Amino acid sequence: MNSMILLPPFLPLLLGAFAAILLRGKLRNIIMLLTPVIGAANLYALEPGIFWSLEFMGYALEPVRIDKLSLMFGYLFHIASLIAIIYALHVKDTVQHVSGLAYAASAVGAVFAGDLLTLFIFWELLALTSVFLIWARRTDRAYSSGIRYLIIQVLSGVMLLAGLLIFAKINNSLLFNEIGLEHEGLAEIGAWLIFLAFGIKCAFPFVHNWLTDSYPESTPTGTIFLASFTTKVAVYAFARGFPGTELLVWIGVTMACFPIFFAVIENDLRRVLAYSLINQIGFMIVGIGIGTAVALNGAVAHAFNDVIFKGLLMMTMGAVLHMTGKINGSELGGLYKSMPKTTVFCIVGAASISAFPLFSGFVSKSMIMSAAVAEGYDVVWLLLLFAAAGVFHHAGIKIPYFAFFAHDSGIRTTEPPRNMLIAMGLAAALCILIGSFPAQTVYALLPWDSVYQPYDITHVLTQLQLLFFSALAFVWLNLRHMYPPELPSTNLDADWFYRKLAPAFIKRFASAVYGMYANTEKLAIASIKQMIQNSYDSEEEKPKGYFARLWPTETMVVWVAVLLAVYLLLNYI
Amino acid sequence: MAEQNEPKDFFDKPENISKMLKVFYVICGMLVVADFIVHRHIYHDWENIPAFYAIYGFVGCVVLVLIAKEMRKIIMRGEDYYDE
Repeated sequence: MNSMILLPPFLPLLLGAFAAILLRGKLRNIIMLLTPVIGAANLYALEPGIFWSLEFMGYALEPVRIDKLSLMFGYLFHIASLIAIIYALHVKDTVQHVSGLAYAASAVGAVFAGDLLTLFIFWELLALTSVFLIWARRTDRAYSSGIRYLIIQVLSGVMLLAGLLIFAKINNSLLFNEIGLEHEGLAEIGAWLIFLAFGIKCAFPFVHNWLTDSYPESTPTGTIFLASFTTKVAVYAFARGFPGTELLVWIGVTMACFPIFFAVIENDLRRVLAYSLINQIGFMIVGIGIGTAVALNGAVAHAFNDVIFKGLLMMTMGAVLHMTGKINGSELGGLYKSMPKTTVFCIVGAASISAFPLFSGFVSKSMIMSAAVAEGYDVVWLLLLFAAAGVFHHAGIKIPYFAFFAHDSGIRTTEPPRNMLIAMGLAAALCILIGSFPAQTVYALLPWDSVYQPYDITHVLTQLQLLFFSALAFVWLNLRHMYPPELPSTNLDADWFYRKLAPAFIKRFASAVYGMYANTEKLAIASIKQMIQNSYDSEEEKPKGYFARLWPTETMVVWVAVLLAVYLLLNYI
Repeated sequence: MAEQNEPKDFFDKPENISKMLKVFYVICGMLVVADFIVHRHIYHDWENIPAFYAIYGFVGCVVLVLIAKEMRKIIMRGEDYYDE
């Protein structure tokens, strides 16, 4: 172990990003594939503890601190980046490769940051590196969406900075440990600022639209990176900073419920997945809010699983977009004929997100649900149950059904490039492996000590009943022609306020100001014209004024007389 | 576009679909029957209701879809709404 040179966890990925700038072709592909593998091996060799500490302006900083919680997210991000890199291997666009790797490096850096200042730096790097994955689509929509994304992400960073400055002043420490919301005076403002900064990145209700706005505008391959990192870093930050904060339970349950309504009527299938991403984060946030060992373990395990199954679903939809150029449910259908493998991978992802027994979502979701019952959150439990049924409905059935089955759209294509298939296969295998052997895989990494037995007859039976009867509802509604058809449309959400209302208000205000200015100008010109007219007799074609009727020499004589008179007067004073 | 003489696939035939649906209905029925045979752990009072999860799942999803359909009347706009 000691003979190896150990690196800070984020460094291998960052070096990979630099290599991707310089290298091209096969060599670059090999280096990019090796990068997450080397990073994970480096992580495995690191001992828990403080890897790197230093002093900055009198504050102790721990830029790299390693414990079970950060290790779990560290491994997750390496797996996610490996899958995303394989999936993007056919892409020739250097910008995407570099920003993908740098983005992954920022995420890893953020979860190993032992102090708030380091966290802030990686927090901002997450935004700056990832926005290029959105712009890489190179459409007008992607460009303006990326701008909105960047503004909101940077706002989150600024709030984090303000919060940490307040904390540094009051506590005389920058170390990132449990923060909580219970403070006095100024410290309370600081805690709330940090809470909201995390909340924006976590897509809290009303500040969630950066996610549903920008992720579907990114490239087919870029979205895989995007869906894996930013929100999961925020979940990690909540798990470390605000475990057991009851407010989070209620925020989380809102996040789990409201997006499913939007997901049912959304036409862009990647946007459906973006909404379902918020819904899954809702489950995690509830778990963190409950704050018992089982709940926290469930939350981070669900984050782990979500990255893989949501990545898988995003990859299958990315494959559809890549091959057909279309992603709207209204234009797709019947693709199972030409993309059978992709269809199977999509169904595996759908089964995992819906928490079918033996698939990865099952264990982690039931950990959170049973923690909610055990702690007496009855309403929360019922709403989560509703959300779990709703997930199956929109992500489990709607996505595969409208893309691959439904009515035949007539589109005939082929399977996506081999690297895409390999990446999807890898993720699908992980979904089944984790779901079928939880104790030997993800659950061996869980940071808190707790015992939970997911595979008993009660859990399996009740979950199957819930899911099959949700499916029955879909079948029934479809046969009765009551299911809302996929329509080309935009659905208004909270982003309407800053994309429509605020611009309209500013436009109105600006046009009112401009109108006033134009009126004043017109008035001034009119009065000047009036004055000119008043001083000119147009009938006699000569000016009306006294001086205008005189010769210049005569005028001169008058003024000299006036001057002399004034001079005389001044002499007497 | 689909070619005219393309052989019909499994899911193109209505009889296959109806067969699959029948199997599906049978499974649903069996899951409800199992509820009366198997002894479930009860963590919450409501779980005492027979086939609670089945009813909740079905009703929940129907309500979800019907509300979402109503939401369309208020929040649905044209595809280029934000581009105009």
